[in-house]
Amino acid sequence: MTTTIQTLEAIERPPVTMGSRLEGELMEVSMGPQHPSTHGVFRMNVALEGEIVRKLKPVFGYLHRNHEKIGENTSYLGSMPYTDRLDYFCSMTNNWAYALSVEKLAGIEVPERAEYLRVILAELTRLQNHTSLLGFLLNDMGAWGTPLMYAFREREKILDLFESLSGSRMMCDYMRFGGCRVDAGPDWIERAKKVVDAFPRFLDEFEKLVVSNEILIARTQEVGKLSAELAINAGITGPMLRACGVNYDLRKVDGYGIYPRFKFRVPLGDHGDTYDRLMMRVLEMRESIGILQQAFEQIPTGPVMNPKVKIRAFRPPVGEAYGRIEGPKGELGFYLISDGTGNPYRYRVRPPSFINLTILEDLCLGHTVADVMVILGSVDIVMGEVDR
Amino acid sequence: MIGSGVLKGMAVTARNFVGSYFEKDRLITVQYPEERNPLPENYRNFPFLIYDGNDAEAGLRCVACKICEKECPPQCIYITKSEDKKPDYMGKPQFYPAVFDIDISVCMSCQICVEVCPFEAIKMDKVFELSRRERFDALLMRKNELTKSNSYYHEIHPMEAAEVDAKLAEAAEAAAKKKAAAAAASTTSSAPPTPATPSATSRSSTS
Repeated sequence: MTTTIQTLEAIERPPVTMGSRLEGELMEVSMGPQHPSTHGVFRMNVALEGEIVRKLKPVFGYLHRNHEKIGENTSYLGSMPYTDRLDYFCSMTNNWAYALSVEKLAGIEVPERAEYLRVILAELTRLQNHTSLLGFLLNDMGAWGTPLMYAFREREKILDLFESLSGSRMMCDYMRFGGCRVDAGPDWIERAKKVVDAFPRFLDEFEKLVVSNEILIARTQEVGKLSAELAINAGITGPMLRACGVNYDLRKVDGYGIYPRFKFRVPLGDHGDTYDRLMMRVLEMRESIGILQQAFEQIPTGPVMNPKVKIRAFRPPVGEAYGRIEGPKGELGFYLISDGTGNPYRYRVRPPSFINLTILEDLCLGHTVADVMVILGSVDIVMGEVDR
Repeated sequence: MIGSGVLKGMAVTARNFVGSYFEKDRLITVQYPEERNPLPENYRNFPFLIYDGNDAEAGLRCVACKICEKECPPQCIYITKSEDKKPDYMGKPQFYPAVFDIDISVCMSCQICVEVCPFEAIKMDKVFELSRRERFDALLMRKNELTKSNSYYHEIHPMEAAEVDAKLAEAAEAAAKKKAAAAAASTTSSAPPTPATPSATSRSSTS
């Protein structure tokens, strides 16, 4: 596992924080890309002093698929299925962010029912993303299998809903410019209601399983602290930013879609450590359930697709647009420049997990190698989105 | 008391373990090859071509317009247009695809070909057990493997197929009316009688 790191000329040694008394040489270790806890093909070059991390350099690009260049060479509609493959846990929110930016670019109206369906699907996505994140985070901490299995059991129910609506469990490709592809029948809404109503029971159980667990508390509290200043300066968004106590949620700030109609609170953390980031997800899920129940009550009948939008040969006017939504991982944005042809002139993704990953070194310095895995798990990355 | 949190967690695990024997909710695993979950109506996998009636060649709806080939994001469709024309289901002479290949190792099941097709000729299949011994030729689906009957489509997507049939019948009726009107207008000026168009309702053999 030991390799040399190219850019380790001058390593400054910050004061030892974890009480290590050994003054030894630094060992350079390459963790990943085939490490089981790196959530895909992610590599970290770490310089260790004993077990303490003294320097950490993330190396990514192993899953690079030329996403943005492909987006510039395919039609606007053709990019929609590719957005599923960005963050393959949350294809619905990816679809929404992309559809939102194209709708901004071309000035397309979205019917009421489609807006409600989008909110329902985005919040269901948030539920399933956060549950699986909790499972994986505990898995990284050494709680092998059990929490992850319970989390996946619940996630499966939501994926079944996605499958019966869009035809695919993960690669949904459901939203279109100006609405959604197919309408959800009344039986689908009923099923979704049932799943959402049963969800708090699972959350209670899950919280009982882990939240007061002494091992979990010892492993997460005061580990990987992130200050609000650094988070804001580094452009961190999503639950990670709110765990530091910064009240910034695009659903409130931008009020995109029909979010201003719903009553929900934005949970905020206090310490910005891994435990806060973990609890942030649990609290957000509870708020999402509230939004979903309101949406199920209010959803009107009607068309789900704007009939004026052309499917074939879609050409938006010349211009540029940036559409962003509050994805489960943070601010997900798509920036498009149109030159009036069928393909975008420039297509840029602002991936939340990539930008949240940039401060990994600041979080990990002074902690042990085992903590690095926990911190990485709490950042909530999906390599499909980081590498694009 | 230190350790009480761990014990609480153990109690949850125990409840789940015991509960899995009694509650369907807690044990949702299906023993796959023997047991299967039913596929939802909207499930999609790979595209196939629809033909009407019993003859796959004569009833093929595809007219080789190549829109799906152009719009396909991963470019997995390959079509060659025919030299000659054959009558379609409305009796109108149309081109047909001499070659129609879909490389399902490249296809990403996005359904865009289905959405852009103006002739309702390509639809999504539900077959997913497609493992093959070879990577290249075995996963390149030729025209004869891709063509499937309308009744098969009714079997796998009953609601969607009924909608499509209604839409086609409406279009055929409108076309027939237009033709009849045109014929009525031209009968005064010695035009040949219009050929009998087969009605669209008899064409769709609902299962």
